[in-house]
Amino acid sequence: MSFVEKLAYYLSFPFARNALIVGVLVALCSSLLGVTLVLKRFSFIGDGLSHVAFGGIALAAVLNLTNNLPLVLVVTTLSAVLLLRMGQNAKIKGDAAIAMISVSCLAIGYLLMNVFSTSANISGDVCSTLFGSTSILTLDKTDVWICIVLSAAVVAVFVLCYHKIFAVTFDETFARATGVNAELYNLLIAVVVAVVIVLAMNLVGSLLISALVIFPALSAMRLFRSFLAVTVCSAVLSVCCAVLGMLVSIAAGTPVGSTIVAADLAAFGLCFAAGKVKTAARG
Amino acid sequence: MRTVLGLQPPLAGKVRFEEGMTRGELGYLPQQTEIQRDFPASVWEIVLSGCQGRKGFHPFYDASDKRLARENIEKLGIAPLARRCFPELSGGQQQRVLLARALCATRRLLLLDEPVSGLDPRATAEFYELVGRLNRKDGVAVMMISHDVHLALRWSRHILHIGKTCFFGTRDAYRRSDVGRHYLSLQHGEVYE
Repeated sequence: MSFVEKLAYYLSFPFARNALIVGVLVALCSSLLGVTLVLKRFSFIGDGLSHVAFGGIALAAVLNLTNNLPLVLVVTTLSAVLLLRMGQNAKIKGDAAIAMISVSCLAIGYLLMNVFSTSANISGDVCSTLFGSTSILTLDKTDVWICIVLSAAVVAVFVLCYHKIFAVTFDETFARATGVNAELYNLLIAVVVAVVIVLAMNLVGSLLISALVIFPALSAMRLFRSFLAVTVCSAVLSVCCAVLGMLVSIAAGTPVGSTIVAADLAAFGLCFAAGKVKTAARG
Repeated sequence: MRTVLGLQPPLAGKVRFEEGMTRGELGYLPQQTEIQRDFPASVWEIVLSGCQGRKGFHPFYDASDKRLARENIEKLGIAPLARRCFPELSGGQQQRVLLARALCATRRLLLLDEPVSGLDPRATAEFYELVGRLNRKDGVAVMMISHDVHLALRWSRHILHIGKTCFFGTRDAYRRSDVGRHYLSLQHGEVYE
C-alpha cells in the first residue's frame, strides 16, 4: 500500500477522523493562548496545570468515575485561578509556585494511582496519561462534541477579548490605570488556559502540553513583529504541525503526542533559520 | 502617583476628582517593563490600545478610536514609525509611542512616571519640549515624577517635594523655600551647612 492509500484507509475509520478533529481544535486553542502566556512569562503554567490535571485524572480513576472530564476541569481551573492569585501578592513567586503545585500533583496523582488503582496495568495507565499515547484514538462521540463546544467557546472568548488581552499583556499597569478591569481578564485567561489544557491532555498527554502552548508562539515570534501577525501565524503553524504530526503517526504507527511535538520542534527550527535570514537581509 | 491612579489604596484620606473628571480619563506614562523589551507589537497596535479604557465591554475599536489614535500619532511626529515594531525603536521613540497611547486615554490630565530615565540628553530635551507643547497648545495638565530637580524647575509651574520635609507650591516659591534651597545647593555639589 502506498502512503496515501494507507492514510485514506485509516481515515475511513471514525476514530481516526475524531482524532484529527480534536487535534486541530486543541492545537488552535493552545496556540492562541500561547502567545499571551509566553509574553507574560507564564510559559510553564501549561506544564504545571497539566500535572494538576494528571492528579485530577488519578483521583477520578480512584473514585471509579466513568467520565473524568468534569472533575478534572474543576480541579484544574481552581488551580489556575490559585496560581494567578499567588502571582500577584505572594511570598512564593510565580515560577516557584507553579513548580511546587506541579510536582505535588504529579506525585500525589501517581501515589493515588498506585495505592488505590484497580487496574492491572498501572504503569501503562500512567504512561498514557503522561504521554497521551493512545487516548486520542479512543475518543467517543461525546468526547468529540465536548471538545468542539469548549474549543468554540475558547476561540470566541479569545476573539471577543483580543484587544483587552493585548492591552493587559503589553502593559498591565497602564491598562489598570486607565480603567480596564485587568483582574477580570487575567482570571478569564486562567480559566481558558485550564480548559485548553484539559482538552490537550487527550492529545499529547500532560508532559508534552507545554510544547503545544509555547512552540507555535515562539516560532511565530521569530518571523513576525506585530501582535496580530504573531497570533495568526502561531495558530496556522500549530494547526499544520498537529495535522502533519497526526497523519505521520497514523501512517507510521508512532505515538501521536510525541510526533506532534517533534513536528512543532522542526517548525521552530525552520522559523528560527528563516528569522535569521530575514534579519540579515534587512541589514 | 500609584494611589492617584487607583493602583493601590490610599494610606490615608481619599482621592477626589473634581470638575467632572473621572478615573477613566487619566492618561498615564508608566515606567517601561521587562516584558515590553521583546514584545512583538506594532506602534499602531500600542497607540490604539490607549483607547481601551473607555471601551468597557465593547470588544472592538470603532472608527473614532482609530481616528484618535491616528491624530495622536501625527501630533507626536511618529507617523513614519506606525508600522514598525516597538522593541526595534530607540528609547526616545518608544517614549513618544507610549505618550501617544496615554493621549488616547485622556484629553485632560497626563501622569508621567520618570519619563526620561534612560534617555540621552537630546532625547530628554525633545521629550520635555513635546510635553510642554501638549500642555500649552492642547491644554493637557501634566503631573510628573522626576528625580532631576533642575529640569523639574525648568519645565514645571508647581512643585511637590516629598522627602523628610514636604513642600507644595509654585516653582518660585520652591526656589525661595528652605527645602528647595537646600536641595538646589546639594545638586551643585556644594556642602550645605
